[in-house]
Amino acid sequence: MLETLSQKREPALADGDAVIRLSHVHKIYPMGDFEVHALRGISLEIKRGEFVAIMGPSGSGKSTMMNIIGCLDRPTKGHYFLEGVDVSTVDKPGLADIRNKNVGFVFQSFNLVPRTSALENVELPLIYAGVSSNERIRRAREALATVGLADRERNMPNQLSGGQQQRVALARALVNNPAIILADEPTGALDTRTSVEVMEIFQRLNRERSLTLIIVTHEPDIAQYAGRIIQFRDGRIRRDIPVGNRKDAAQILRELPPESEEEDYDEDEPVRDT
Amino acid sequence: MKMNLFAILKVAFRALGRNKLRTALTMLGIIIGVSAVIVLVSIGQGAQSMVLDQISNMGSNMIFVMPGNLNFGGASMGMGAASTLTDEDVLAMEREIPTIAAASPGVNASGQLVFGNQNWFVRMQGTNEKFPRIRNWNVEQGEFFTEGDVRSSARVIVLGKTVSDKLFPGLDPIGQTIRVRNLPFRVVGVLAAKGQSMVGQDQDDTAVIPYTTAQRKLLGQQIPSINQAMISAISQEATGVTQNQITVLLRQRHKIPASESDDFFVRNMTDAANTFEQLTTIMTLLLGSIAAISLVVGGIGIMNIMLVSVTERTREIGIRMAVGARPNYVRLQFLMESVALSLMGGLIGVIIGGALAAVVSRVLGWPTLVSALSVLISFAFATAIGVFFGYYPAHKAAALDPIEALRYE
Repeated sequence: MLETLSQKREPALADGDAVIRLSHVHKIYPMGDFEVHALRGISLEIKRGEFVAIMGPSGSGKSTMMNIIGCLDRPTKGHYFLEGVDVSTVDKPGLADIRNKNVGFVFQSFNLVPRTSALENVELPLIYAGVSSNERIRRAREALATVGLADRERNMPNQLSGGQQQRVALARALVNNPAIILADEPTGALDTRTSVEVMEIFQRLNRERSLTLIIVTHEPDIAQYAGRIIQFRDGRIRRDIPVGNRKDAAQILRELPPESEEEDYDEDEPVRDT
Repeated sequence: MKMNLFAILKVAFRALGRNKLRTALTMLGIIIGVSAVIVLVSIGQGAQSMVLDQISNMGSNMIFVMPGNLNFGGASMGMGAASTLTDEDVLAMEREIPTIAAASPGVNASGQLVFGNQNWFVRMQGTNEKFPRIRNWNVEQGEFFTEGDVRSSARVIVLGKTVSDKLFPGLDPIGQTIRVRNLPFRVVGVLAAKGQSMVGQDQDDTAVIPYTTAQRKLLGQQIPSINQAMISAISQEATGVTQNQITVLLRQRHKIPASESDDFFVRNMTDAANTFEQLTTIMTLLLGSIAAISLVVGGIGIMNIMLVSVTERTREIGIRMAVGARPNYVRLQFLMESVALSLMGGLIGVIIGGALAAVVSRVLGWPTLVSALSVLISFAFATAIGVFFGYYPAHKAAALDPIEALRYE
């Protein structure tokens, strides 16, 4: 079934086809005697090449939404079609394969494997895809070059700044050519300038490769870089609107004062999860 | 999904390399266990092979026949005291029992051997020309005496290595004449060195003469009698049958009625060897299993540390799962780590155990034998322990929920 997924991706889905389609998705967590309704019947379509920002307060269900879209979790009710294939009933190993081939993750706290070089971190998905060693290194280098870190492949995560770590994480998400990239608060641990830099890469990839990007954020100005904002509240979609005056990260980066030359070495960068 | 075993192995070794002290301490348990098994089993097997060597050293498929008890006014004089066995019996046995390869009468004599100003007290063995074949004991220098020498009760003597060295330090003993109880004997040969016996006796402190010479010239017997018969069966399997046939034949020849007991004793060295072998095998197993307990304790150490490691690396496991590691893959990775621990521990343990066995045999003088089998078994056992005690932690890692694992602090 994996093969059908990846085969369908390239030719069958042109721009404008739905990469993600959710139909009446519910997620219910049993909590002893209670049941927590995290999602109450979400129906949603995201097309290939879209850049979507998901917003909402904590407890609104946006994290649950991310987990389902990222195939880390399954809906309790309803259906989720990823590239036209219903993945709501796939078993655990099957979900792992889908995450490996079709989804790329970027986390707020970077989530790089400690004491493992940037290159090896990027290679990780390829190991689980059964790619040969030489091919792994070639593709990992390519991905690192895409995020502008070709010269940092030997560095360990603790020898990289926050922004650099997040770019390594992005390279790792890209390396297996996934259909979608999911970013959970990707700028939550970064300063303003670095945030803009990361958004610049996101926008570039979205524009140049028609990569489908979904970011979860609670910073309105970050959401302005996306093309569409979906707001969650109490397990439901409250608003789903296109972004009117979309921000161009490259433009903003040029206008930013060239403060603090290099962002090298910042070991004590606070790394916190929400 | 294709598995990349080499890549997982690399990841496993990397993980072990990150915490070297912990890895070393965990391995120590296995190292001690394996080396204890190797050393103790090597001591057991060394003892076994020494005993068996010495039994086979006594001769090939040996059977001893000794004359029986002599009752002297109600007092038992002990085995071999009676003169109920003759060289005729020995000849008859060799003639009539097809499973006997060679037989020789044995007559004991002792006395002072003198050459020039050297002298040495020796317990001599009177035997026939088949002695080298029966005892598996060849001459190193010169020749053994012949059938003709036996028939003519010739005064010829073959010296043990120790005796030769004492009487002829730095000289060639062959052809020399020595005096035994004041009778001149010509030295025709020197036996190859055989070393110590099981009980620590110097087997080379001996001399061999024709049994007829011993009977007539040295002991001056009126009625020639022999102290024992040495018999070599054609094969080890045949020793039991041969022993029975000897009993039947001798009872017949000695005209012993069915109601009476034998007037001789038959000792089968194969039986003795088997008994010793069983004893030493039990000893080896006992020593080995005591050592194996420490190996199991080492395994528990591995399990303990792997559980800690899984907990510590929960987040890493979450990351791996998020990027596509199947639960089986995670399980395999942790299993590989514990197996790598126990295998490396096993390898070092084998080396240390081998070295310790060498030290034991050097310093304590105990014979030790590190067999390929014991190395293989302790290696396999160590690996099995790695799998057994590594499985639960690995399973725990594989069962983690990626969402929870990613959130783990």
